[in-house]
Amino acid sequence: MKRLLFGVAAAALLAGAAQAAKTDLTLGVALEPPNLDPTAGAAAAIDEVVYANVFEGLTRIDETGAAQPALARSWEISEDGLTYIFHLVEGATFHDGAAFDASDVKFSFDRAMAEDSQNAQKVLFEPIETIEVVDPATVKITLKRPTGAFLFNMGWGDAVIVDPASAATNATDPVGTGPFVFGDWAKGASITLEKNPDYWGEPAQLDRATFKFISDPTAALAALMAGDVDGFPGWPSPETVPQIEADPRFDVVMGSTEGETILGTNTAKAPFDQLKVRQAIAHALDRQAIVDGAMFGIGTPIHTHYPPHGPAFEDLSGLYPHDLDKARALLAEAGFPDGFDATLKLPPPAYARRGGEVVAAQLREIGIRLEIIPVEWAQWLEQVFKGKDFDLTIVSHTEPRDINIYARPDYYFGYGKPEFQALMEELNAATDAEAQNAILRKAGTMIAEDAVNGYLFQLGKIGVWRTKLKGMWANQPTQAIDLTAVRWVD
Amino acid sequence: MRLGSVRVSSGFVVGAVLTVLFVGAAALSYAWTPWSTEGLSIASRLRPPGGEHWFGTDHFGRDIFSMIMVGARTSITVALVAVAIGAGIGVPLGLAAAAGRGGWLDELVMRFNDLVFAFPALILAILITASLGPGAVNAILAIGIFNIPVFARLTRGAALSLWAREYILAARAAGKGAARISFEHILPNTANLLIVQATIQFSLGILAEVGLSYVGLGAQPPTPSWGRMLAEAQTMIYVAPWFAIFPGLAVALTVLGLNLMGDGLRDALDPRLKGRA
Repeated sequence: MKRLLFGVAAAALLAGAAQAAKTDLTLGVALEPPNLDPTAGAAAAIDEVVYANVFEGLTRIDETGAAQPALARSWEISEDGLTYIFHLVEGATFHDGAAFDASDVKFSFDRAMAEDSQNAQKVLFEPIETIEVVDPATVKITLKRPTGAFLFNMGWGDAVIVDPASAATNATDPVGTGPFVFGDWAKGASITLEKNPDYWGEPAQLDRATFKFISDPTAALAALMAGDVDGFPGWPSPETVPQIEADPRFDVVMGSTEGETILGTNTAKAPFDQLKVRQAIAHALDRQAIVDGAMFGIGTPIHTHYPPHGPAFEDLSGLYPHDLDKARALLAEAGFPDGFDATLKLPPPAYARRGGEVVAAQLREIGIRLEIIPVEWAQWLEQVFKGKDFDLTIVSHTEPRDINIYARPDYYFGYGKPEFQALMEELNAATDAEAQNAILRKAGTMIAEDAVNGYLFQLGKIGVWRTKLKGMWANQPTQAIDLTAVRWVD
Repeated sequence: MRLGSVRVSSGFVVGAVLTVLFVGAAALSYAWTPWSTEGLSIASRLRPPGGEHWFGTDHFGRDIFSMIMVGARTSITVALVAVAIGAGIGVPLGLAAAAGRGGWLDELVMRFNDLVFAFPALILAILITASLGPGAVNAILAIGIFNIPVFARLTRGAALSLWAREYILAARAAGKGAARISFEHILPNTANLLIVQATIQFSLGILAEVGLSYVGLGAQPPTPSWGRMLAEAQTMIYVAPWFAIFPGLAVALTVLGLNLMGDGLRDALDPRLKGRA
């Protein structure tokens, strides 16, 4: 009896303590990262855990998608846009105690650019001609040609600064300069980060942050309702949003992502190599119905590969409006008055699987009969992305400013029109934002007119977390769950 | 209760009514459903049950009553063909094993049976569909393979006891070969047992089909299927409970009906149970 009473008292004490000052956070994420080295993997799940929290780059991308100073506290750009002088923060150290200086920057970028580099975005470093260490706090980078997005590119997770001593083991034991130190990785369950007491900048306001891997939407709902997790930066099931909104314990925050969800089209394969067939598909798509059916209304219809919230957005909805008669006529002109059969390969996310059902039903209206083939991510990468063995697919391109993929003829949907490549070269040469936006608009219009892919909708970001949790990002301008400003309030 | 000259239990009647209801709905769906299940009507998604949509609509605005009718067709077809595969291959195997009792053929068939029985059926069905690719045809194959040993073993057991009967001896004395005896004398006398077993395997087959399509390995969209409806309804259970309840009821009632009917048939047909209860 005594023991029982003691137990009750202890529980009450613990509960009281937790209410007074909660400094730990548990977030749910859908996918477990394959490793923890953002410079050696393309998986978004890596950046979500370690970007800005454990690792930092010269610049960082903030919530609005702008490049902000990070390990480079300031910079100077030469008139011709070819020379960047970065002034680095002083007194920063890596989590293993090694000092951060200009030589680490040179090491990190040389490593990323090396022939045998594992970096998933080598293209970010491609414009770099030379990297010079001027003094321990100054780096001078010379480019082969002006690159408008260079500061932004240096803020990607793939361009974070690592230390020579720990670079090889970052995959399992990440050592960065950020406000959080890697704590523990329980494979298949969770990753824990601890506060870095020696952080060079504004210290984190959480003592501990845990990322729990919960891929099943039903399990996610159960974990949230039971209080096992404090929130989900990317809530997996839009259909349950009304239920969570009605719960006073939680805030539901709708934001934007860089995820253009497209009907990926194999433009190298008949009949999709015919412009008229692709135009017919563009006319047959009822985008709002796809958003409503697949995402329960959360998301914005798009008509080119550019987000509606971006500065270079142009309304192209008048180009190929939903018009079944026109679609059938175009299909007949292309030589398919009775339509044709094709396959639609769908990766696991709900936007693809549910969206695919709606798209298949819409294309059936004009006689394009799609066989739906569900595939796992590994199969999708192997068959669709690498093998180009597909007719149509649905996927969301979540990287920011990724319209340049259309310049690559070897990309999975295969476009690479020379005029478009020329536009991308112009874009790289332009340093002023207005000029860049004008070129982006031209590029967006070109791929929209050519109906390269079916442009469906911009993936919405549904953030769900406890009302007392503040500082979470509403939008997702890059693949990150930035915890640097996250805190509990009463 | 009596049906002609056969005594039947009330459980059998309930089971038979449920079975006829669902098989009838499946058959009717070829000719008529209240709404079409082909096209989507996003604007009328997740409507609650009412006069217009008796069982409500799903997340794409399709009529759930119509989906259940067509889904019954999918489940019943898969389970029926799977039973046919099992009986079609298993029964001859069992007859052959009994005819060559004690010989190498008997040994081979029975060890093959043991091999298949050694695996948990649904897990291996998942393995088969995962490696062959999801789809109704592969689901039929996966479920059908597990029906083979069930029928083979049952047929062999029943046939073994028959081979010792006098009339079989008489047939042998008359010069009939083993194959002819098996099909002309043994098979008709094991039919009772086989029919009862087929009913039970049929209900298990429906459960297996629902299970496979629940995990996404059965019939693919846009073909309506009960298992996939349940999987999709899962996260919407608070928003649209009818979406989960009606397909769930359909599965439960069909399986209940088939099991009751199977039990009733066994009571009525199995000579060993005659005179009891």
